[in-house]
Amino acid sequence: MNILSIKNVLKVYQHYTALDHANFEVRKGSIFGLLGPNGAGKTTLIRIITGITRADEGEILLDGTPLNNHHPNEIGYMPEERGLYKKMKVADQLMYLAQLKGMSNEDAKKSIRFWFERLGMEEWWNKKIEELSKGMQQKVQFVATVAHNPKLLILDEPFTGLDPLNADLLKEEIYKLNQQGVSILFSTHRMEQVEEICDDIVLINKGRILINDSVASVRNQFKQNQFVLHTDKAASVWSLPAGFEEVEIEGNSRTFRVSPGHHSNELLSHLIQQGIGIQSFHEILPGLNEIFIKLVTQENHPTHNQNTNNHE
Amino acid sequence: MNKTLLIIKREYISRVLKKSFLLVTLLTPLGIGLIIFLAGLFAAKGSQSSKKIVVKDESGILTPQSLEGKEIVYEFSSDKLDSLKKNYVKQGYDIMVHVPPYVDDTLATHQIAYYSKEKLSLLQIEQIEEKMEQAFKDYKLEHSTLDKIALKKLDIKIKLENAMLNEKDKDAVGDKSSKFSSAIASGLSYGMGFLMYIVIFVFGGMVMRSVMEEKINRIVEVMISSVKPFQLMLGKIVGVGLVGLTQLAIWMIIIPVIITITTMALGAPPSAGPEMNQTAETIQKLQQENPDVMQIFLKELAAINWALILPVFVVFFLGGYFIYSSLFAAVGSAVGDDIGDSQQLMMPLTIPVILAMVMIPSVFTNPNGPLAVFGSLFPLFSPIIMPARLPFEPPGWQIALSIVFLIAGVLFFTWLAGRIYRVGILMYGKKVTLKELGKWMFYKD
Repeated sequence: MNILSIKNVLKVYQHYTALDHANFEVRKGSIFGLLGPNGAGKTTLIRIITGITRADEGEILLDGTPLNNHHPNEIGYMPEERGLYKKMKVADQLMYLAQLKGMSNEDAKKSIRFWFERLGMEEWWNKKIEELSKGMQQKVQFVATVAHNPKLLILDEPFTGLDPLNADLLKEEIYKLNQQGVSILFSTHRMEQVEEICDDIVLINKGRILINDSVASVRNQFKQNQFVLHTDKAASVWSLPAGFEEVEIEGNSRTFRVSPGHHSNELLSHLIQQGIGIQSFHEILPGLNEIFIKLVTQENHPTHNQNTNNHE
Repeated sequence: MNKTLLIIKREYISRVLKKSFLLVTLLTPLGIGLIIFLAGLFAAKGSQSSKKIVVKDESGILTPQSLEGKEIVYEFSSDKLDSLKKNYVKQGYDIMVHVPPYVDDTLATHQIAYYSKEKLSLLQIEQIEEKMEQAFKDYKLEHSTLDKIALKKLDIKIKLENAMLNEKDKDAVGDKSSKFSSAIASGLSYGMGFLMYIVIFVFGGMVMRSVMEEKINRIVEVMISSVKPFQLMLGKIVGVGLVGLTQLAIWMIIIPVIITITTMALGAPPSAGPEMNQTAETIQKLQQENPDVMQIFLKELAAINWALILPVFVVFFLGGYFIYSSLFAAVGSAVGDDIGDSQQLMMPLTIPVILAMVMIPSVFTNPNGPLAVFGSLFPLFSPIIMPARLPFEPPGWQIALSIVFLIAGVLFFTWLAGRIYRVGILMYGKKVTLKELGKWMFYKD
């Protein structure tokens, strides 16, 4: 079951196409990463999902039904550019935003109390936003995003501007919410976060979707059959058999590529026969960052290399 | 609760509870009271500080009796002209008037000269001229061969009064206002026009700043992921409008109280703001001619068709507020972090308001003229012009048509503003021109 289905969504602005027939699905209960460089169309897509703008073509299903006026109440959205009413008291502000999401007065109060306790914010209840530090304001912003118990949480670059402590706290809360069944869509241009948190990703560039898969499978797809081998003797004493291609030698370790039609076991048995001790052996999987850079530069300069996979 | 209602509630409460609201609401009436008090004080002082004039009369026509008056004290001097010219200030006079001999009594003009410590106002010169003229006339009459009684009989004053004011003429057809009521009507219409002008700029400006604040704070994106931009704009306009109505209601209670207190403290009849001066003058003139003017004033005030004027004024008040504040909201949405940028974009809004204010005087002189009719139909002018015309009892069909146009105007301009607003609030880092605003209207959602 999918919490979100993006079907053939097109959005054209005056001078450029922000989204070019985008298609993907977000599984219910998953943490989903929306990746792409700045200006790729991430924010446009998010604004369409949150009902801020409308798609020119295509359809979006939230929990199986096409977007309607009630759906904004089921989405919690934290935009990249965060903001609150500075002169308003923390509690008034959160009550206001929760009620705008369709909550009753009592439910809103209960939920905000709960979050205040959970995040240790009880003393802020009657403070004005402008009296709080930046980090505290971020917490208030987070509560504003989740107080109405959304089914889907959309976080646009949630970790920018957070100190490591608050970033960890936010990550933890995201996991907790996810365990309670909240689906999370989060948009970023920073790969290391995605690798750590996300189950599935979409890589988007210039409004087009380049990759749409699970993190593990993306990394598998882009592996280059490279391995690193540590031995008890210097790597220079032994040589690679046929079918193995040298990449790098450094002291006791050797990096190499296995040519198609061969298997790494061939090398291992070869070494064992020669009496060379193997200390470690592992495959090098490319980071999302590399894949991201590779794909985006390819997409932006298509003449360089046409033979890599182009997942649509 | 309905989301728009929630927004209205927040906009209203957050403003009404502000200290600045309390201060403005209470200090404005106090300020008005103070101004009236000071004006009264100065006026009283001004009439006391009368000028002292020394007259060097070489004609022998003037006498202390003929120059007797309240405001200006005339004294005669027998000093030599040359020494008087030099010493009149030292002797404690403000002005010296030299009246040369009047030899040829057939001359129609007689030149007299003055020397003054300070520059004289036109009014003062005219006052002295009038006095001298009267004295000369009396003298000439005295020495003429004409029969004074016969002359008195020639004197006559015509008073033109509206017959419809007379009870006996209640079957006759026509307008029922006296000449006096025109003065009241002018004051009333200027007052209402001016009120609209202030409301448009003060509360329209408040809406604009509030929109800008949300945009600069970046809260707006969170807001419009919960509500539609139009709901947000509408909630803001209605909320601020209610704040304005609250303030006006409080003023309507406090200001009359304060004016009464100040007037009592001064012991003089109230004189309203400068725009009412003309009316006050007319009333004073009438008062001289007619002793029971206060009664007529009250009667005329009661005779004004309040049952028509007040509700229609409220309609135009609300309509004007909606049209202009929504346009101000559109401007606010287009302006970025810099309030200076708003100047250019506000021009198209200030021009019609000021034009309308400029049109008001011609509405007085010709309340049913083509300019007045046009102004009261065009929805950008009508919120100011129509209330200004109301005391002059415009034809009913024009009021009705004007209201229809006003409602159409409200719908059109809020729609238009909404189109600009929804694009503007998400647009950052770009200096926006009017041309661009025009384009935004046609953007898709």
